[in-house]
Amino acid sequence: MPKQQANWSPYDNNGGSCVAIAGADYCVIAADTRMSTGYNILTRDYSKICKLADKCVMASSGFQADVKALQKHLAARHLIYQHQHNKQMSCPAMAQLLSNTLYYKRFFPYYSFNVLGGLDNEGKGCVFTYDAVGSYEKVGYSSQGSGSTLIMPFLDNQLKSPSPLLLPVQDAVTPLAEAEAVDLVKTVFASASERDIYTGDKLEIVVINADGIRREYMDLRKD
Amino acid sequence: MKLDTSGLESAAPVWGAPSELVDGFSAAPSFEVPNTTDFDGFQKEAIQMVKPAKGTTTLAFIFKEGVMVAADSRASMGGYISSQSVKKIIEINPYMLGTMAGGAADCQFWHRNLGIKCRLHELANKRRISVTGASKLLANILYSYRGMGLSVGTMIAGWDETGPGLYYVDSEGGRLKGMRFSVGSGSPYAYGVLDNGYRYDMSVEEAAELARRSIYHATFRDGASGGVASVYYVGPNGWKKLTGDDVGELHYKYYPVMPSTVEQEMVEVAGA
Repeated sequence: MPKQQANWSPYDNNGGSCVAIAGADYCVIAADTRMSTGYNILTRDYSKICKLADKCVMASSGFQADVKALQKHLAARHLIYQHQHNKQMSCPAMAQLLSNTLYYKRFFPYYSFNVLGGLDNEGKGCVFTYDAVGSYEKVGYSSQGSGSTLIMPFLDNQLKSPSPLLLPVQDAVTPLAEAEAVDLVKTVFASASERDIYTGDKLEIVVINADGIRREYMDLRKD
Repeated sequence: MKLDTSGLESAAPVWGAPSELVDGFSAAPSFEVPNTTDFDGFQKEAIQMVKPAKGTTTLAFIFKEGVMVAADSRASMGGYISSQSVKKIIEINPYMLGTMAGGAADCQFWHRNLGIKCRLHELANKRRISVTGASKLLANILYSYRGMGLSVGTMIAGWDETGPGLYYVDSEGGRLKGMRFSVGSGSPYAYGVLDNGYRYDMSVEEAAELARRSIYHATFRDGASGGVASVYYVGPNGWKKLTGDDVGELHYKYYPVMPSTVEQEMVEVAGA
């Protein structure tokens, strides 16, 4: 009898999409609230967005159990940082922490596709995008998750921000106003829900600006 | 085989003896390894599912005035372009550069780690580390993880007391000293242009143009390379970024569209 292989996988994909857009003095982070497994919907009301620090919010799609473990780990590290330095972690600092946290599980990865959004120390919007093992870069906008291949080309078209690698250096953040960016996000998710079975139900939008953090919801297709 | 985890230890304990509360975190982190009988098979599956970003063209060469380093900026996850603006030339310190090819996370993490070790060397020995030394540090770490699925193809380029230095280091554990290297999926195309145009006694401008052209040609023919072609120069005073050009625009700069004479013209048919 040939050797039996394990047919249990420690991973599952709960689907969903996330988007983040950085502006001159704000940052918009959004994710749908559908959690699925295979062709089944587990719940229509699950938040993929987590506040890591005062000016730093993370949205993650992929395997939500790994995402939950990752969020807990980062929250704990942030608490230790606050005890040791008597201040909140800045968004770029949290970005590197997330990268290292992901890489320490390089041989048993977190199946989690993240976007980190927030304000940097000068109050300018910043978005960081990751792959599952921790490679990251600062960008003007990003999307991750099952709908990202549908969403990203549309954002490229509407927001095409110049590459930060060009010389002379050009600014990556979008010139859009906050209300326009929120509108764009709603449009993007409405379209993604039409063509991606894992995206839908409800959209959760988080906006960070100098006044603080505000949350907004919008209904999406439930089919 | 004991893995060389010295790269992961923090330099000093945080506040004397670690207390119960923070024990789990301030202890030297080590890589968690899955509890399976078939490590290789699991890694293959995990990497396929996770599809870490990779794909590239990078090159570097030594010439009379120093070292020229260039790279594209595309990252692909499977067939999807995950980013067109990845920084593949990593600034280890003001006089040393590393290039990224292979797994993006692997390269980013280990180059940052190398930068830390180089700084520690400076502090311990009161002098800068040589390019030979830095490349050896990286090669030893990668060798200890040999066979575990890391994908790193990097070049360490710098200027130290002995002049310009260039080493190729990879995740198989290989380390080569040389004058000219190109690494990545687009490297065959870059080699063609680079080897053809290379002369030891070029000026900085000529060398920069050669590097830029080589990257452009590689992005033209290799689907996994593209984005922005960055060119850096490493001289006696450290590195300096010379150019960063979108390769789409470079194409029309090198091969401008010639207006051709019109032979036949189509005319709109009026009415029904």
